Order: sequence, then structure tokens, then C-alpha cells
Amino acid sequence: MSVDTATVRHIAKLARIAVSDAEVEALVPELNNILTWVEQLQEVDVSGVEPMTAVIPNQLRLRDDIVTDGGKRDDILKNAPVAEHGFFAVPKVIE
Amino acid sequence: MTALTDLGVAAIRDGFRAGSFSAREVADSFNEAVAKARALNAFIVETPDHAIAAAEQADRDRSDGLVKPLSGVPIGMKDLFATRDIQTTAASGILEHFEPAYESTVSAKLFAAGAGMLGKLNMDQFAMGSSNETSAYGNVVSPWRRNDGGNAPLTPGGSSGGSAAAVAARIAPAVTGTDTGGSIRQPAAFTGITGIKPTYGRCSRWGIVAFASSLDQAGPMARDVRDCAIMLEAMAGFDPMDSTSLDLPVPHWEAALSSDIRGKRIGIPKEYRIEGVPPEIDAVWEQGIAWMKDAGAEIVEVSLPHTRYALPAYYIIAPAEASSNLARYDGVRYGKRVDPGQGGLAEMYEATRSSGFGAEVKRRIMIGTYVLSAGFYDAYFNQAQKVRALIARDFQQAWEKCDLLLAPTTPSAAFGLGEKSDDPIAMYLNDVFAVPASLAGLPAMSVPAGLDSKGLPLGLQIIGRPLDEQGVLNAGLAFEERAGFTARPEPWW
Repeated sequence: MSVDTATVRHIAKLARIAVSDAEVEALVPELNNILTWVEQLQEVDVSGVEPMTAVIPNQLRLRDDIVTDGGKRDDILKNAPVAEHGFFAVPKVIE
Repeated sequence: MTALTDLGVAAIRDGFRAGSFSAREVADSFNEAVAKARALNAFIVETPDHAIAAAEQADRDRSDGLVKPLSGVPIGMKDLFATRDIQTTAASGILEHFEPAYESTVSAKLFAAGAGMLGKLNMDQFAMGSSNETSAYGNVVSPWRRNDGGNAPLTPGGSSGGSAAAVAARIAPAVTGTDTGGSIRQPAAFTGITGIKPTYGRCSRWGIVAFASSLDQAGPMARDVRDCAIMLEAMAGFDPMDSTSLDLPVPHWEAALSSDIRGKRIGIPKEYRIEGVPPEIDAVWEQGIAWMKDAGAEIVEVSLPHTRYALPAYYIIAPAEASSNLARYDGVRYGKRVDPGQGGLAEMYEATRSSGFGAEVKRRIMIGTYVLSAGFYDAYFNQAQKVRALIARDFQQAWEKCDLLLAPTTPSAAFGLGEKSDDPIAMYLNDVFAVPASLAGLPAMSVPAGLDSKGLPLGLQIIGRPLDEQGVLNAGLAFEERAGFTARPEPWW
């Protein structure tokens, strides 16, 4: 499998990364080199093998359904590039 | 008298307790060494005040008879660990000026154990790299140079390159690192120091900037095995804030250190003998095998048949997890925002991420996005996770025949900065020996074995069963006693 410029633009869109035409041209061979290299995994016989989901068997813990945290608005907003009136501020979303 | 900066963790701790020097004297010596070594670019942020405050507390605690496990010991912190009110960037432009309002569990544990912090260590951006050339804060330069009289700057390895350089240059007695696919072991090998990645889940990931969550694991890097054991004991332990943290007591690794490994079966994985590896790597491996025999271990050949697929599986799984983890950098909640001035929210996201992430990070996010996208998920991601299961099974089968594995850490000594940066796959191949243990979540440690013909360090790696850090450390100690590695870089910085 290989990618072309249209696919690279589509991936960049999905990843929310702006790419220039020159970057797309450079990324096509770069990504294809990597994809061709990982292609060798297809030769491994994996019949009957379950995909690994945890390296060390470990039960996911549940905690009591109670509030354990909160009241940290100022801490949370401290690093926001733009915050107004105690909220994160973003460019206009709704016309 | 020996310079205080020549002392490791155990020597500082013990000398401080014995009253040979004050913690403040130690902190001052290392702060001065850090400030003098800026040519290495090992630190992104220096925090001399933190080290001094901890030292003054340690000195007061000593007079009160209240010394803690790391009282008097200043350490370096990889910039992947969130440190409260101290800039934490993962060496990325997208986290510029980020000052966490909280402390990572590992750094909190180290501070609670009495350690002070010398600064935040440079690294590959988001820990994605094997040469410390992807940092937004510039390359780290290894303190080592080839003995050919040239001054070619060499890589300290990566991603924990600042960490490795700092220990090797004696500007920090010990540091934290993180290992996703070799990021502790490979730089340790390149710089002639010791570093251990514990079993996945031993150290809490809470507050560590996430790269690939099923692989990321913190561990210490220091001058020798004992210092690593001391550090790891302080860093490890159950943490309810990390869902994959292991709810197990922390063993007393230092107290149980013993170089008596008579009767241990040490496996030599035949698939780690790969073409194109310089003969010096094989020679140092043979030497290591001889040392293990001398220590009374039994050497057995084992097979890990899926070894060659570990690296390609890793380069699907790690970017896939990274593309998901790094979705959080949106220019809204923290870090950098680039407003293109026109368009709306989506354009702001795209401009911010395009400007904030470095080239290698973008490349990996794009690969990850692609392998997870509709129509490709089964062919790539699921296939890789199945191969990962087979790699883990290889190790399980090997453990029926042996207790530990011994292999090279890296396929070469340190290379020059810029030598591999144009070829991602050549760069990825650095981690060919390190990645399998990462995929299987196993404890693994690199110990210095000797120097190559150019005077550069080479390391060997000891891999253990899940949770057998003690076995790894003990074999490491037996190895260290026989290797007698005392080489250190000649200061030029």
C-alpha cells in the first residue's frame, strides 16, 4: 500500500495539521518509505493469534463513584493561551 | 579530596550521612558544573534554587536525625516529567511556556525521598527520536569524542539524550529517563553509563507527557548499577492515578543486590546476531558472555524467532498511540496557539499543530493517523498488535530455558550529529535490539561493557522476566564488577 499527494492531504486533515504543497511533496516519499518497510509484517502468520492489549496481565480497577477532585478552575486555565471570564476562549465557531 | 561531582548517588548519600560534607556543598558543586557545561545543551531549564532548597532541607533534616533515602542527592529530570510551576515542554514548541499546576508521580516521589532537582533535561521532542536531534531546544552534544583527534560532535543517543549526557559529563549523579522503545538503554550505551527500564507498570505514568502509553515507562540512569537500584526504588510504586500501574510492593532492590549469579541461566538470543553489525559489537558481546560464565552463570542459546518484526511492529503501534495521545494539543487549553487570522476553530487547530510540532513528530502523527484510519486498521494496527503478541510469546518460551537474556544494547557506537537525520529508517534501526523488550514490557538494563577502537563506549543489555528487576540488577552488578569500566569523557565543555 502506498500514499499519494491526495492521501497525504487527507491524513493531514484528519490529524489537523496544516501542510504546504512543498511539505506534501516531501511527505509522500517519506511516508511511503516507512509504509513499505512496515509492510514486511504481512508475511507473519498470525492465524489464531489475538492482538495484544496488555503487556502485563492487569485488571482494570474501578474506583468508588464519588467526586475526588475539582475546584481547580484557576489551575486549569493557568496555561490557556486565551481565557476569558473563567473559560477557555476559541475563535468563533458558530456564524 | 575527590571532587563532589565525581561521586555517584550512593557515595553522596553515604558521605552526607556520615557528615563528610553538607548537602548544600553537593548542590553547589553540581549547580556550578551544570552552569559550566552549557555547551552540551543537556538542560532546557536549570533549577539551581530547587536543588539548593532541597539541600538546605536535607541539612536541617540531618541535624534533626531525619535523613531520607535520597537526602543530599541532586538529580536531573527529563523534561517529559511534569514539574509543578517549572516549565515542562517535552522539548516541543507546542508546549512552550507550559508550567504544570501539578507534579508527576515519579518526580513527586523523588522529591519526597529528599532529592533536589538541578534542572529539566533536553530530549528528543515528545521522546520521538534516537539521537536527540528532534528537540525544539537544539541538539544535545555528547560529552564523548572520538579519539581520532577530530572534534566531530556526537549524539548522546535519544530520546533521553540530555539525561545521558548529564550523567556521563558528571554534571548530575543520576537522572530520570523514559523508555518507549529504547530511550533509556540506547543513550546509556552511547555515553558509557547505566540505565534500567523496569517492568511496564512499575513506575507511574501519571504526569509523564504521553507518547505511546502501552510502552512508555520511566526509569533511572546513573553511573552504576547500585545507583540505579537506589533511584528505581524511589521512583517505583503503585499509583491509583495510573490505570496500568502495578499494585505491588516495591522490592528492596538495593538491599538485595548481589553479584552472586552462580547457577543462573543466561540466554543468548541467536536472532540478535544480525548482518551489518560491526564486528566490535559481536566482540563485546562475546566478552560479556565470558564474564557471565566467569561469574558462574550457565550460558544457553535461545531463539526469539520474531525479533526482526519487532521494529516494524513498533513503528506502527507507537505512532498509532502517539497520534491519539497528541490529539490533545489543540491550542486551546495549554501551550502554543497560532491564530491564522482567518477561518475558524479548525484552521486554528491546523495552524497551531503545524507550527508547534517538529518534523519527526508530525511524521509519526501522520503515520499513526494513517494506520488507524478506516480501511487500514486491520491491515496495519491489528496485524502489528498480533505480531506484538508473538514477540511476547517468544520471550515467554525463552524463559522456559533461561532466567535472563544478554544482548547488545545498540547495533553501533554513537554516531555523529547529522549523520542519520535524513534517513528515518536508518535512525529507527538504532533501536533494533531495544524494542523487543519494550513491546513485551520486560525489565531491561544497559551496562557499559567497554570502548570501541575510536574510544567510544559500547553497552550490553540484560533483559529479565516480568517483575524480575532484581535478577537484572544482580546480573548487571556481576557484569559491572568484571567489566571494570572506568572510562570517562575528557572535559572539553
